[in-house]
Order: sequence, then structure tokens, then C-alpha cells
Amino acid sequence: MLVNLGIFLTMSILNFFKKNKAQTEEGGQKGNKEPTGIASTLFRGLKLTRNALVDGIAGIFSDKDKIDQKTLEELEAKLLTSDLGVTVTKQIIDQLKLELKHEKTITPEMVLETIKSGLAKILEPCTQPLVIPGNTKPFVILLVGINGSGKTTTIGKLAKKLQDNNYKIMLAAGDTFRAAAIEQLKIWGERNQVPVIAQKPGADSAAVIYDALQAAQARNIDVLIADTAGRLHTHLGFMEELKKVKKTIQKIDQAAPHEVLIVLDATIGQNALNQVKQFNEIIGITGICITKLDGTAKGGAIFAIAKETKIPIRFIGVGEGIEDLKPFDAKKFIAALFGE
Amino acid sequence: MFNNLSSHLTSIVKNLAGRGRLTEENIKESLSSVRLSLLEADVPLSVVENFLDNIKNKALGQKVLSSLRPGDELIKIVHNELVAILGETQAPLNLQATPPAIIMMVGLQGCGKTTTVAKLAHWLKTTQKKSVLLASADIYRPAAIEQLQVLATQVDVNYFPSSSNEDPAAIAKAAIKHAKNKLIDCVIIDTAGRLHIDHEMMAEIKHIHQEISPLETLLIVDSMMGQDAVNTAKTFADTIPLTGVILTKTDGDARGGAALAMRVVAKQPIKFIGTGEKIDALEPFYPDRIASRILGMGDILTLVEEAYHKVDHEKAQKLAKKFQKGAAFDLEDFRTQLQQMRNMGGIKNLLSKLPGISNLPQKEQLMNDGLFVKMEAIINSMTPRERHFPAFIKGSNKQRIAKGSGTEIQDINRLLKQFEQMQKMMLRLKGSKMQNMLKQLQGAL
Repeated sequence: MLVNLGIFLTMSILNFFKKNKAQTEEGGQKGNKEPTGIASTLFRGLKLTRNALVDGIAGIFSDKDKIDQKTLEELEAKLLTSDLGVTVTKQIIDQLKLELKHEKTITPEMVLETIKSGLAKILEPCTQPLVIPGNTKPFVILLVGINGSGKTTTIGKLAKKLQDNNYKIMLAAGDTFRAAAIEQLKIWGERNQVPVIAQKPGADSAAVIYDALQAAQARNIDVLIADTAGRLHTHLGFMEELKKVKKTIQKIDQAAPHEVLIVLDATIGQNALNQVKQFNEIIGITGICITKLDGTAKGGAIFAIAKETKIPIRFIGVGEGIEDLKPFDAKKFIAALFGE
Repeated sequence: MFNNLSSHLTSIVKNLAGRGRLTEENIKESLSSVRLSLLEADVPLSVVENFLDNIKNKALGQKVLSSLRPGDELIKIVHNELVAILGETQAPLNLQATPPAIIMMVGLQGCGKTTTVAKLAHWLKTTQKKSVLLASADIYRPAAIEQLQVLATQVDVNYFPSSSNEDPAAIAKAAIKHAKNKLIDCVIIDTAGRLHIDHEMMAEIKHIHQEISPLETLLIVDSMMGQDAVNTAKTFADTIPLTGVILTKTDGDARGGAALAMRVVAKQPIKFIGTGEKIDALEPFYPDRIASRILGMGDILTLVEEAYHKVDHEKAQKLAKKFQKGAAFDLEDFRTQLQQMRNMGGIKNLLSKLPGISNLPQKEQLMNDGLFVKMEAIINSMTPRERHFPAFIKGSNKQRIAKGSGTEIQDINRLLKQFEQMQKMMLRLKGSKMQNMLKQLQGAL
């Protein structure tokens, strides 16, 4: 009985919304008739892509027996197990079909090269290194991402990298939420011998970064790198906080943050696209950094991200060492997919 | 988690349900849709292929095609196969040992080990009434040890200090000795995140494991993991004898394919799932219920259990008594209900477990917990008199309430309207009718 009350409440509210929504929809879009319901819509959507993968492959080369179906299935498996996802894999296979249609003889090498160039076409528009213009000072880099993606570690490496290029660096401990996140950033600061602006745990993240920007201006710093707490992109409240951070530092510098870098874990699958889209909508992402590529994960989800968002990919993280942050290179990335 | 996968599979299931005739062609078609849905959900390719082979073998047999409702029969096969992959029953944590029971946590970097250690400690302390000692053998990541120390204070359990110049195995051993002396029930050892291909680090974890021979060795896995989950789980399982898996970050919108793979690849059951930022956001994992949730059949059992544990029973009892006496349901009660709901993890958590929700087009709008915070704020800005007699709230009162709660007059009107509806429904419902409603809910499957 007690338990049911709670459920009952949600049920009644649910009912209310149902009615409400139906009413507004009736008024809103009369012309757009959708009699079939969501289930069948989804099924129709699935039907479009269904079989396209395997059947598509099976049919293409039947009269050109230089390449057998097994090779193609292996290629498909390669793309899928690298987290490229069904949509991108299908696109690549379709392209293969189109481009090799008129060839007389087809070798496995040609197939591989065609696939690679198809993949390169997706990534190349996004291969844009981070450039810090001389006239922007301090250049503010804000790092965002979900929990455990590697933000704080990336900051440590990025600080070192920029320092080696003779930039004066400052760090802002904007992750005031996770236990010991501030200490973690401070240790990176000590290792690189760069100043870290921090307050107590639980302090307002926006305020910390605001203070840091003021300090950076006063101390003639070139680049301010600000950490933020990891947050799941589905927690709308936490996401709103990011907006506040941006608004607050814009009181000092209208153009800040000059770079909003999202940190993506390469082991994450298709969900990475949702993450980028959601963060982009809330705060506007200007660059991507893919971490943990030193494992066996290939980070193939980046193809779907590049295809859909066209956001520049700046760096990849390939190890634990302070030197292991590299500029993104599409060719090398694709070669690594095929284990080269 | 699972929501997206669920909506895809539900649509396939719907298409099959109640079908009187099913040809081999139908089945094959449905199964290739299932294949793509699973791949999109990050289920590892090898697991997908295996899963479909099993279903195909069973589905193409005589029994399905000749049964009265072959569509339903096929759904049953898919459901059973899902349960088989996820595991049949809930696998409990093994604590049967002369104290201390040693639990060791391992996993990749950033999968949520340290947070999960604290959550598990909280779970052991509150639901199992155990005394717990936490120790960190993560001497690599900066401030990892401090993180555990802070969390131990938050959860209010014992903490064994360590420092980054000590040997990880030595830390673990010393912590266990300490627990033995102090008669502490459980010791949880946090270890450094490591890549499964880092031979040195994998040798280290093997060494620690041999030194302390834990009762439970739990692999922590990020539920958003992609295809690489296979490699990770396999290497960890090959290196040390795992006893279970904990899935983290399941409150995101990942489709949870990695979960579907863990039991098959690591050969170990999923024992818990992490469901939120808060320290009590760790739930035992019930595979059979999750299978229902994936197929869009809801998970009412978990809902009821959760409600039971998290609801403020005293307040709920008071409310029940009030109704029995025939007293009117007022805004004060409404607020209590809102608070109770928040205790249960909010509307998002509740709705995600009800059948059919993943198919509603407006679910995003429904799952907005902010709406309820607003409602609470509005009621908080009312005077006690207004809460007891909402009918007396006039235009000028509304203006004051709107100002006080930072909302608009429309919000207040909406709330009052909703409240009125609730009141009407409450009047209609007495005692056993509530039970019927729950039954109806289940009948809707």
C-alpha cells in the first residue's frame, strides 16, 4: 500500500502528461499525420538498413571472383569491432561497391585501399591542430567530458606540451566535485612547475575558473587550462552548470573560452556520439581529444562523430607518460585501425 | 542504460507478437533486425553472432512454427536467450569467510573503481550491517589515495592509510592484517587502473591477488564501453580468477551492449550496477529483470523493492492513516509524495522501470526531474493555510508564490490543476483498488 502510493503518483502524473501532450500536438501539427505509431516507425527505420551490410557485400563481386565473400566479411567485422558502428560501416561498404564497380580485376589490396581512402575522407576535414593565436592572451582552454574520460590527466600532458613550446601556463582546478580531484591537478602542476589556482572542495566551479582567469591576466599568462568535473551528458542539471562556467568567464573576456575541448575515452562505443552532441549543444565544443588509444580499443566511434558534427579533432592520448599526447593524424589513425 | 536497445527490440517484438503465422523468411528478417540493433548497442560482434545462431537454431525448429502463436513463441526464445546471456539469477556477493572477507577491485583507468569502492562500502555498511575497511593500492594516479580517503570519510567507514612510495601488495597485506586485529568484517582493496595489455601492470595485479587471495575479485566495467570490452574482460579473466563484474555509469544513455557481453566473455556474473552520482547509487543486478526491461516489458519488481527501501516509512504510514480516516489529500501531502519520489531516485528512475515507457515519444519530456523540483519549490513558497486549502489561492497569492519560488503564474496554475486531478483520483481509490491498479499495470505487459 505504502509503496503503491509512490507509483500511483507517477502514474497519475504520467497520465496527465499524456493528455496534455496529445492536446498540444493536435493543435500544433495537424498536417503531419503519423498513424502508424512509434514502434512501426522504428521498425521501418531498421528495415532500411537491414541486410544492407551482408547482402550488399555478398552481391558485389560475384562475377569478379578475385575477391571472395570471406575477405569482405572479415573487413566488415574489422570495421564493426573497431566501433565504427553500423551506419559508417554501411557507408564505407556502399562506397566500395560504387568505386570498384567498373574495375576488371579486383585485388584485396585495392579493396583495402578503397576502404582506407573512404575512411580518410570522413576524418580529413576534422584534422585541424590546435592553434593558439599570438594576440589572444590569456588563451583559455576548458576541458569537459564524462566521468573517467581522462580530463585531468590530459591537462597534465597538455600543460607540458604547451610549456615545451614556450607558453606560460596556468591551471584552474574547476573540478570541485570529485573527491581529491583538486589534489590530483595540483600534483600535475608541481610536476610541470606551473601555478594551479584552486579553492576548497565543493566550491563553485565557475568562481574558481573566474578567479583563475583574473590571476592569469594579472600574471601575464599565455594559456589558462581549466578542468571541470566529469559529468554524464544525460544529467541535465550538471550540464547547465557548464553553461554557467562559460557565462561567468565571459564577464572578463567575451571570447573565452577560446577552446572547449571534449575528452573522449577510446574504449567507449557508440555512446561517444551522444556525448559529443549533448556537450556541443550545451556549451559548444571546438575540439576533440581521444584518450586511452594505447590499449586495444580503436576509438572507431570518432568516424560517426566526424561525419555528423565535423568538430576538429585535436589530440590523441597514447600512454601514461607526460609526453604521450600527440596531435591527431588521420592517416596514422586509420592505419592503426587495420593494425599497421 | 538499455533504453535505446530496448526501444529497437520492442518494436521488433511488437511486430511479432500475436502473429498466427510465421515463415522462416519472417524469422530471418526479424533476426537480422535484431543483429543490427545489437551491434548499434555495442554488443561485441562475436557475442551477437553466437546469440543469433542459438536463437535461429531454436526458432527454426518445428516447435515454433507449429505452435499456436509462433510470434510469442519466438519472443520467448529471445527473452530466454537474453536471460541465458545475462545470467539466470542474481549472483550475491560472497561474504562467507572468517572475517575479514577480502574484496579486491580491478579494472581499466577511469571505469569508476574508486567511486564504486565507496558505494560498495556504503552498501555493505547499510544493508548488510558490516564493518568495512578501505585501502588504496593505487600508488600511480596522482591523488588516488587521497580520493579514497575522502570517500571513506564521507561514507563513514574505516580507512587504512597508504602512500605512493609503498608497494601495492604490501599495502593490501597490511590492511588485511589491520582488519584482522580490529575484527573488521570486510576489507575492500582499491587497485590502480591498468590497461589489459600492460604486461608489467598485469603482472602486478596477479602478484597482489596471489598475496592476499581475496574472496571476491570484481572487475569494474564502464557500461558505455564499445567492442573492446571483449579484449579487456578476457585478458583480466585470464590473468586473475575473477568472481564477478560491476557495471558503472548505467545512468547514462548507453545501450549497454558491454553488459550483454560480460557474462559470456569474462564467464562471471554481473553482481552490481552503479546508477548515479550519489553514494547509495549501487543496485544488485537482477539479470532476468533486465532482460524484461530490454524487451520493453518493464521491471516492476525492482521498482517495488527500491520504493520499499528508500521511502520514508514513517511519513508514508502517516499519510496512509490519514486517508483511512477519510481526510482530504492536500498540498502538504502532495509535497511529501514529491519528496518520497525524489528519495526513490526521481521520476527518471521510476519511469525507466515501468513497462512500455521506452516507447513513448514524449519520454524525454517526462523524464525531466527538474519539473518536480519546481513543483516542490512552489509548494514551499505557500503558507500552511494555502497548502491545506488550495481552493483559497487567489491571483494575488499566486503572484507572491511565483515570486517566492522563482516561477511563473502559469506554473502555479498547472500545479494546482495537477493537484486537483490527483485529489480526484485519490478519492476514487480506496485500499484494495490500489492493488488492482498495480495488477493492471503488470497485466499491460
